[in-house]
Amino acid sequence: MAKYPKPLPLPDKDTSQYWEGCRRHELLIPRCKDCGTFCFPPMPMCPRCNSIDRCEWTRVSGRGEIYSWTVVYQATHPDFRDDVPYVCVIIQLNEQEDLRIVSTLVDTEPEEIVEGMPVEVVFDDITEECTLPKFKRIS
Amino acid sequence: MYDLKDKTAVVGIGWSKISRHSGVSVLHLAAEACKKAIEDAGLSRDDIDGVVTHNMRDSVMPQQVAACLGLPRLNYHLEYWGGGPASGQTVINASMALATKLAKNIVVFRALNGRSERRLGGTDERPKPANEAQFLIPYGWTSFAHACSTFARRHMVKYGTTSTQMGAVAVAQRRHASMNKRAILRTPITIEDYLSSRMIADPFRLLDLCIEVDGGVALVLTSVERSRDCKHRPVYIMGMAVGGGPNQAGYDVNTASFSRWLDHSELFGKYIAPQLYHMAGITPKDIDVAEFYDEQTIAVIIQLEDFGFCKKGEGGPFVGEGHIAIGGQIPTNTHGGLLSEGYLHGLSHVAEAVSQLRGEAAPRQVKDAEIALTTHLGATLGSALILRR
Repeated sequence: MAKYPKPLPLPDKDTSQYWEGCRRHELLIPRCKDCGTFCFPPMPMCPRCNSIDRCEWTRVSGRGEIYSWTVVYQATHPDFRDDVPYVCVIIQLNEQEDLRIVSTLVDTEPEEIVEGMPVEVVFDDITEECTLPKFKRIS
Repeated sequence: MYDLKDKTAVVGIGWSKISRHSGVSVLHLAAEACKKAIEDAGLSRDDIDGVVTHNMRDSVMPQQVAACLGLPRLNYHLEYWGGGPASGQTVINASMALATKLAKNIVVFRALNGRSERRLGGTDERPKPANEAQFLIPYGWTSFAHACSTFARRHMVKYGTTSTQMGAVAVAQRRHASMNKRAILRTPITIEDYLSSRMIADPFRLLDLCIEVDGGVALVLTSVERSRDCKHRPVYIMGMAVGGGPNQAGYDVNTASFSRWLDHSELFGKYIAPQLYHMAGITPKDIDVAEFYDEQTIAVIIQLEDFGFCKKGEGGPFVGEGHIAIGGQIPTNTHGGLLSEGYLHGLSHVAEAVSQLRGEAAPRQVKDAEIALTTHLGATLGSALILRR
């Protein structure tokens, strides 16, 4: 199998479970057991109530809407030169107003993107070890 | 009562040449800009006892510049990591050192080969997909321009801001740059030129984005008491503020998303403007010239709103109606800004503001300029200064 030609995420102590969830096709977001706040990107402390080590990796619906986006026509990173134009989106997940995730869209042309478009997660097994969550329009 | 209000002054400004290929080292650019600022202040290098700078791992240490200048002693030195916000914080920090009498005369500089060496726009870089960037780089989100384009998109969606209005910022500032011998881009452009420039990260076209350059800029700051003995009329620092809102994020220049920021149609200015104006004891109406940190055109539009020059959401029409021209309601980026003079970060904005307040900025002099605003943006946080003659 050819080497995946683009950069892979480098998980760390705060984030490895996120990527393990993605491998199982589950979108897991840390949620504070004390106050219920979701926090992404993952942080070691709950920013709402400051509890430490009280976050549980919680499966979310994977549904949300497009909050903002860009379409990249000129790649800065050499590995993405062949992909232009490509879409980057900020998805607001349904579970919380400031729960947002950066990703890309599948099966959607740039011209079709509108703010607020409902989307749901799909999982792209880009390598044997790594799965990237992406989003597609809910029809 | 603010301890720093009107306690310090900018007494010297200097630049090394702004170009696409300096052909010299960053240390050369830094030392040259500092030397010119010291001469402009009417001081000798023996008078300088502090060196402050900021960089994004693309520059030289204060100690190296001190060595080049042959400073007999150092009583203060500071090297900040940071871009926009740091360009105002360096001035604030130098003022703090002066006001507490840690040092007497401080040179503040920014120097980089930002076009011929490391380009902060990210061209040809492979940033490490670690920390927050692990969630960004795999999707091709690899530039500050990508992050800021989502602010522009949000502002367009929420308030109907148009590309033509963003282009009006580029056109006005280029006209200002055409009167600035230092600027790297001096040929006037039209809105048609703007709209036909190539798309980089929608909605940002090439002419929405600042121009990476090689160059250096330096200021000399001193106490108000000592400023009276310097060559030019001093420019006093009347207001300062630093910070931003909730839901902050770590960032490096190629690895920011600010995804948790609550409202992408706003930037840091909304949160720090009240304290800034309160310290200075003025309102936006008193500002005669504004040098807004303009890494992209949308930054000017949003900062016009967030610093109180027009209502929230009306920045686009405000610019479209021509109010940011020299001679207009709030002359903006009279040197051409980061968009047209060059991406030296915000110390270049302070230097231009000083030039304006001294009355030395012909042919782009703002008539009777007495009070200036400079802003130093990092999106969710930043800093700002109010200067007066």
